[in-house]
Amino acid sequence: MSTATKQIEELANTEYKYGFVTDTEQDIIPVGLNEDVVRLISSKKREPEWLLEWRLKAFRAWLKMEEPHWQNVKYGPIDYQGTSYYAAPKEKKKLNSLDEVDPEIRATFDKLGIPIEEQKLLSNVAVDAVFDSVSVATTFRSKLAELGIIFCSFSEAVKDHPELVKQYVGSVVPHTDNYFAALNSAVFSDGSFVYIPKGVKCPMELSTYFRINAQNTGQFERTLIIADEGASVSYLEGCTAPKRDEHQLHAAVVELIAHTGATIKYSTVQNWYPGDKQGKGGIYNFVTKRGICKGDRSKITWTQVETGSSVTWKYPSCILQGNDSIGEFYSVAVTNNFQQADTGTKMIHLGKNTRSTIVSKGISAGRGQNTYRGAVRIGKNASNARNYSQCDSLLIGDRCGAHTFPYLEIKNTTAKVEHEASTSKIGEDQIFYCESRGIAKEDAINMIVSGFCKEVFRELPMEFAVEAQKLLGISLEGSVG
Amino acid sequence: MLQVKNLKVRVEDREILKGINLTVNQGEVHAIMGPNGSGKSTFARALSGHPGYEVTEGEVLYNGKDLLDMDPDERAREGVFMAFQYPVEIPGVNNAYFLKAALNAKRKQAGLDELDAIDFMKVVKEKLKVLHIDDSMLQRSVNEGFSGGEKKRNEIFHMAVLEPALALLDETDSGLDIDALRVVSEGVNAMRSADRSFIVVTHYQRLLNYIVPDYVHVLSDGKIVRSGGKELALELEEKGYAGQAALRHSSGQAGARR
Ligand SMILES: Nc1ncnc2c1ncn2[C@@H]1O[C@H](COP(=O)(O)OP(=O)(O)OP(=O)(O)O)[C@@H](O)[C@H]1O
Ligand SMILES: [Mg+2]
Repeated sequence: MSTATKQIEELANTEYKYGFVTDTEQDIIPVGLNEDVVRLISSKKREPEWLLEWRLKAFRAWLKMEEPHWQNVKYGPIDYQGTSYYAAPKEKKKLNSLDEVDPEIRATFDKLGIPIEEQKLLSNVAVDAVFDSVSVATTFRSKLAELGIIFCSFSEAVKDHPELVKQYVGSVVPHTDNYFAALNSAVFSDGSFVYIPKGVKCPMELSTYFRINAQNTGQFERTLIIADEGASVSYLEGCTAPKRDEHQLHAAVVELIAHTGATIKYSTVQNWYPGDKQGKGGIYNFVTKRGICKGDRSKITWTQVETGSSVTWKYPSCILQGNDSIGEFYSVAVTNNFQQADTGTKMIHLGKNTRSTIVSKGISAGRGQNTYRGAVRIGKNASNARNYSQCDSLLIGDRCGAHTFPYLEIKNTTAKVEHEASTSKIGEDQIFYCESRGIAKEDAINMIVSGFCKEVFRELPMEFAVEAQKLLGISLEGSVG
Repeated sequence: MLQVKNLKVRVEDREILKGINLTVNQGEVHAIMGPNGSGKSTFARALSGHPGYEVTEGEVLYNGKDLLDMDPDERAREGVFMAFQYPVEIPGVNNAYFLKAALNAKRKQAGLDELDAIDFMKVVKEKLKVLHIDDSMLQRSVNEGFSGGEKKRNEIFHMAVLEPALALLDETDSGLDIDALRVVSEGVNAMRSADRSFIVVTHYQRLLNYIVPDYVHVLSDGKIVRSGGKELALELEEKGYAGQAALRHSSGQAGARR
């Protein structure tokens, strides 16, 4: 508790402090997108023919698609031909230990306050650090390997476990799913791959830090997590990005597959550069995340804390196919200044006795716009399906906005669906109450907002909860008087 | 300790306090009584620095310092405490966590080390015992779902932990049952000391049987219209505000506003 307060205190008056650029020689392919670029990416990564074909199919599909504009966000046109689709640090030799990592990159992680060494030793977290699309360090791998767990970069998985990748890639998010998913499928650079074998409980939290670092380079991560029968895993994704003026597109795809009795917990703290106070710059975060509870009694939990990006568009969803399967979505989305977020989830109930829980906390400050968009679909065979949704919005100031679009589609009469929604303004009286006890205004706001988000924070792994609270503080700085 | 000179306060373009003069010395207990809407809470809020209460004239010196020049949180850290008439709820914020942050903010200002969780709990447990408050109140969210009486007790509990130099109690007795009233009063009495002062706003002489004031003031229509010793409260109880010659004009609005 005391550390959390202290950290919040430290945050007073910090600008976006992760806005710095590391000088690492990079291998960037020229801007533009066509079939040759797709082939070039594939060949640079020495991919098998089937994957190239898959990329090309996706690319051709993408060409026929139109950028979606139904979401409740506004942004300038994206210049797809003005973006470079591949960047990798030039040094690419295999590393056995962290000491071999480029000192520049190590220094960057230090500045970010991500002490890999310490995490490695103390918190039992295996860190697969993705630096500009290509993994530079993977730890704990041998320990995990003893249990048969595969935790590696997507490219390595393609090389070492092609049968798994081939079987599952695109099985939850097809290459034709949507405009950004198709683009990702065509040009994805790298990402993470996790496979937990039958009956294995992954003994540590798996974590990846993503970072955009090359100017004008879109980031197209692809993550694939498979938990086989009775397996369980908790995966953390967190990110910070350097300060840039140009908009940068981030279109990731995450696919989760939970077999019978398996559990996957996927937690995200998203802190891409949000743009400046005037709304200039910032990341476009257009992500497709979806999981399938394939087997009976499987469970997928998405927890997200979205504080960054200038425009966020994402709906981590669950397809509840197995009987008695469970889908959960816990979300905190913060928009300040000119940030916009359109986020939520889809819970698709197909199996019997399936249950889903949605808890969404939207916080808007400045001129931020926050939209919750959620769909609950209950298929006609999904008898006794249950859903509980709770969408709360908190407004700070009177120039921001909160919007809620819950969609319901129920084809089975035994379904029980509950929806609760609230919108509140952070009260002057609440702030004053804290102040009258000696708590400074910024801290009071942090406290009130953290309290508002409590139900979501408690779903996060401990170290993430602290970080999330920290980020919340940063993103709401200067939002009140 | 506290000198209030000709304090005028405006709320939403209406003048509510129309020139308050009051001096409170160290160790004194002052009771403020007066009809509904006369400005008692406004006075307490203005002293603790609520942003909605605009001071248009006058001066307030607190230990020789200009109180009105300080932000509300600064005033609190300097030892001014207000027990609210209507304490707000802060959902999701643990009462103990909240109080620890408050206490440590104050200690920091005073150049003291911050208390860790263990030392803090020691302080807190002791206070809870004195006030006969159940431990469970610590783990609940600040005032959330508290009954009216529990909220008031929680205010006194905050006061006991923060140990202010000047405590403003705004109708802390309203909504308390008779046992709670005794317990709360005992808590306050236990805190009375030569260097701590209280301003107690109340409607009922009953409270003043427990917390015996040094002075009683009657506030009416934004002004102190009478001051006296503790016997003034008894007189008011007997005759009501309407019986006060000076209150002729304000009696009609009793109960009209809160
Ligand atoms: N925030 C506010 N906005 C508008 N009017 C206010 C506000 N605060 C106080 N007032 C008005 O100022 C006057 C004095 O109110 P105040 O709360 O100080 O009275 P009080 O003496 O504490 O009354 P009570 O005994 O009912 O608690 C009332 O007419 C009230 O309506
Ligand atoms: Mg009052």
